Amino acid sequence: MAELTEELSQVAPQNSETQNSKTQNSETRNPKVGSPTVIVDDLHIVYKVYGAASESEKGNAANALMRILRRQGRPQMKEVHAVKGVSFVAHHGDAIGIIGRNGSGKSTLLRAIAGLLPPHKGAVYTNGQPSLLGVNAALMKELTGERNIILGCYAMGMSPAEVREKYDEIVDFSGIGDFVQFPMSTYSSGMGARLRFAISSAKTHDVLLIDEALATGDRDFKRKSQQRIKQMRDSAGTVFLVAHNLDVIEETCNRVIWLHKGKIRMEGDPQEVLEAYNKA
Amino acid sequence: MSQPESALAEAQGGGRAPESLAALAERHGLRRAIARPSMPAYLRQLWDRRHFILTYATSRNVSKYSESMLGQLWQVLTPLLNAAVYWLMFGVILGQSKSIENYPAFLITGVMVFTFTQRTVISGAKSISSNLSLIRALHFPRASLPLAYTMQELQQLGYSMAVLVLLVLVTGEPITWLWLLIPVTLLTQLVFNIGMAMFMARLGAFMRDLNQLMPFITRTWLYASGVFYAIDDKTRDLPEILRWVLEFNPAAAYIEFMRDLLIYQRFPERWAWVTCLFWAVFALIVGFWYFWRAEERYGRG
Repeated sequence: MAELTEELSQVAPQNSETQNSKTQNSETRNPKVGSPTVIVDDLHIVYKVYGAASESEKGNAANALMRILRRQGRPQMKEVHAVKGVSFVAHHGDAIGIIGRNGSGKSTLLRAIAGLLPPHKGAVYTNGQPSLLGVNAALMKELTGERNIILGCYAMGMSPAEVREKYDEIVDFSGIGDFVQFPMSTYSSGMGARLRFAISSAKTHDVLLIDEALATGDRDFKRKSQQRIKQMRDSAGTVFLVAHNLDVIEETCNRVIWLHKGKIRMEGDPQEVLEAYNKA
Repeated sequence: MSQPESALAEAQGGGRAPESLAALAERHGLRRAIARPSMPAYLRQLWDRRHFILTYATSRNVSKYSESMLGQLWQVLTPLLNAAVYWLMFGVILGQSKSIENYPAFLITGVMVFTFTQRTVISGAKSISSNLSLIRALHFPRASLPLAYTMQELQQLGYSMAVLVLLVLVTGEPITWLWLLIPVTLLTQLVFNIGMAMFMARLGAFMRDLNQLMPFITRTWLYASGVFYAIDDKTRDLPEILRWVLEFNPAAAYIEFMRDLLIYQRFPERWAWVTCLFWAVFALIVGFWYFWRAEERYGRG
């Protein structure tokens, strides 16, 4: 896989982009190719939010005891109805972009598809195990890049043999070089993002969910990561991509879902949806 | 709040298939994303994650002290300082040492053994609630987290035990064949701790105020466990049932067992064996089952 990446990265960026858009066009004409991989049926997600507590409200152990005795919830607890009745069907070979304003439920929807948030109502049906490209949460910034690579790979469920096999590839792809021996807290934000993406994309997935992974990093890294996504899409079948950068969506996706306040506002061909989204 | 608002969604998403989406899913063999695995499958998944559990535990220990100047040395210093504080309080100031022979060894054994369980229980209660972002990002059997936290405490125990053994030798106790039983009692205590960590993890995940209460609970437990005093000595005047409860307390049982081995040089009584083993098996089964029952609900709120 490493060789493939290198080969691809030697192709001039413009060239590969035009190739990309050609394959997308042919897919756009026939979006129902293949059997469904993900079916989202009238999905509602409600979750509780704690926090926003001011210092005086946080209280001590005695207050906590009183609340438990009185069977009160925390006053700062709020329910958020983040996804309100979303339905769609994704097929093999689909790359679906999800766009929307901040707080429109994009990330929540991805997590629900990944099976990480239980539906309040409705259901998500999947083929195989959808994986969120999000190993970030397992990493620890005090540790060296090296330790984090190993930790991240294990967190994604790799075996020691796989970790040894992938280790060099991850370091190469991230391009952080000797920094791999330093704690991640010393990395620039771009370097951190590159390492995280390199780790989380080292595993092959059936259905892949990408949440804003490509927002940071320089142009070179952006190109590399887009090629990596394309490879994964070719082998995986279905890719979901959340991004605020609409160019990325237009280049990688063959379908776009526009979420607005937890509901689907518009869905379909990237150009049409993006045009409408930009006007709104 | 959760009224179905599916009319719009149906108009947009449901139009593409004449059959219902659920039927379509069934026709293509798609399954619901969220389902709790059966217990054997769950154990298998957990076994597959053993490398993650151990690496996560080690990583947490490494990162915990990475900011301090003395670094990993704190793993030894913390138990030493703890023992010193208690010895000052109960040995010197309150004068317990008069009635108990070799009080420093008595006290340090109690503190070390109790701390192992105490720290596991406290961190177990946080293991789910402080890792929500991890739970919401990756798939893994959630029991990995309380297990990893227990393993982290086990690694710390390695240092504490080294300190304990050293101090016990310094106070003049001899090494005997009974010391070979130390790993056995630590193993039963570890099993008990795993069960407790699982149990507390689920409690802590859904009862967020538990973390505020934990200091009270563990302190009460500490005082009831005979860390600073000999239970049979102090409870002579108490009703029979209360004495029995105090002696049956798992922490007290593990402490007494270790004291028998290290200080009194006697083979623990059958009663001690039964109590230690009972608590280990009971806690593991109940804790694991209780944790597993809510597997699919962790990370929701």
